Amino acid sequence: MAEINRDDVAHLARLAHIDMNDDELDRMAGELAVIVDSIKTVSEVAGDDIPATSHPIPLSNVFREDVVGETLSNEEALLGAPDNADGRFKVPAILDGE
Amino acid sequence: MTAVTDEVLTFDEAMEKYDPVLGFEVHVELNTKTKMFSSAPNAFGDVPNTNVTPVDLGLPGVLPVVNGVAVESAIKIGLALNCRIAEKCYFARKNYFYPDTPKNFQTSQFEDPIAYDGSIDIELADGTVFTIEIERAHMEEDAGKLTHMGGSTGRIQGAEFSLVDYNRAGVPLIEIVTKPIVGAGSRAPELAKAYVAAIREIVKNLGVSDARMERGNVRCDANVSLKPKGQEKFGTRTETKNVNSLRAVEHAVRYEIQRHAAVLDSGTPILQETRHWHEDTRSTTSGRPKSDADDYRYFPEPDLVPVVTNEAWIEKLRAELPEPPAERRKRLQADWGYSDAEFRDVVNAGVMSSIEDTIAAGVSAAVARKWWMGEISRRAKLADVEPAELGVTPELIVELNALIESGKINDKLSRDVLDGVLAGEGTPAEVVEKRGLAVVSDDGPLLEAIDGALAAQPDVADKIRGGKVQAVGAIVGGVMKATRGQADAARVRELILQRLGVEG
Repeated sequence: MAEINRDDVAHLARLAHIDMNDDELDRMAGELAVIVDSIKTVSEVAGDDIPATSHPIPLSNVFREDVVGETLSNEEALLGAPDNADGRFKVPAILDGE
Repeated sequence: MTAVTDEVLTFDEAMEKYDPVLGFEVHVELNTKTKMFSSAPNAFGDVPNTNVTPVDLGLPGVLPVVNGVAVESAIKIGLALNCRIAEKCYFARKNYFYPDTPKNFQTSQFEDPIAYDGSIDIELADGTVFTIEIERAHMEEDAGKLTHMGGSTGRIQGAEFSLVDYNRAGVPLIEIVTKPIVGAGSRAPELAKAYVAAIREIVKNLGVSDARMERGNVRCDANVSLKPKGQEKFGTRTETKNVNSLRAVEHAVRYEIQRHAAVLDSGTPILQETRHWHEDTRSTTSGRPKSDADDYRYFPEPDLVPVVTNEAWIEKLRAELPEPPAERRKRLQADWGYSDAEFRDVVNAGVMSSIEDTIAAGVSAAVARKWWMGEISRRAKLADVEPAELGVTPELIVELNALIESGKINDKLSRDVLDGVLAGEGTPAEVVEKRGLAVVSDDGPLLEAIDGALAAQPDVADKIRGGKVQAVGAIVGGVMKATRGQADAARVRELILQRLGVEG
């Protein structure tokens, strides 16, 4: 039984502001369901005695000194931006479509 | 933008029928040198998109590393709010798609905040104390700054495009969340203001934030709901954002109470939504309703490892905490013997620390107060600066006071001496010398001036002779004028009465 259905994908697409047509929703629901099912095999291996973890290495308190390091220049920062103005990233109207 | 003006009840009408329930989320920007997860400078007002690293821009393949000082600041805030500190806590990704974060998520904390279950006592102006329970304080990062362009109002509605500056993205934030605050009744707006003021004072006193509200260092989202009097169940709440001054917090809470009351009275349910505060109209407008878009899909941040605390570390930080502001005020007021009103004025004038230093330098509490609340505050107001910025040192006040107590100068002359010292003419003693400001203590010139004053006001002289001793003030005034204030008023009074043969 697939854990991801078409409605889930539609919901996620809306959250992520991704426009998807019916065909794409159907296809993506199928593909994501396969991925979820594959990953589920992990829980078959991990018994109740294995705590959930978010990190593979048992580390804690990895901290940085509060010392200023190298930064990007304004030009470098904007290099990958599709559009910019006044030294800032230019993005489309935000409320559009809401 | 909705142009509809909402109906409101008067505050008193609202209070007759409903009990307000409040809740606050206060965001505090830390004043660390660098950001929460990158070594970019944490600085205000720089050229846009220059205080950024690949981490702040969410470029592929980057790895965040936690700022150790920010973690310690978070623990200090937790301790100052009487919170428990988590033995182990995690960072989480709060996923949302909005250009103020280039990563499409904000790194925050979800189920395991670093601090939880605290409380602080908030004292209102009349001394009433409310205890506010703290739900949690967690670590996160600030977002970038958006400027909406092309619309007529500069607001998001109607904008054609927006410009983004990521200098603020990643600045360490501590979000402090209260539990629901019930029972404040008609004091709710006042309590709201006092609570945010207390948080601001605490983080400033800890030295972990610059706490400048006008720069957004302390920002408040205010939750308000109403329940009919006697009802236990909470009503639907709204969350008012952009409430970024102490006065605005008070006004926004008051306005929302009045607006909720009108909506409920009309039989309509309150819509759970975000409201935006407008300082110009002192009202809120509808923002965004809570919807399935508030599905943040939190999950543990895989690029950051847990923060683990231990008792030794926490106790070391606790030992570094300064005396809490409220306790310090109580102690100082008791030490100085000021009345509640006197002390409140001192606090409001921002001269409490100056008075403390001045007393430590060697004058009485009364003398220190006289100077800081009198002449120095007056000059500060004229110059439009803080009293402490005038350059008047505690030592200077001690010297001036010594000159007054020795009878060399009087209060009036001391102001001229202060002028001279601030103008760089030397020490108070030198200024007295150079300007010839010493009190006229030789009776000869005084008697001459007294005779002149008596001759000028013969009717007053007669009154005094006839026993109306209180009329002597007019003659003293004349003498002080004649000697340009350089006489010792008490001595003048004595001499006048002697001259007229009247018992003082």
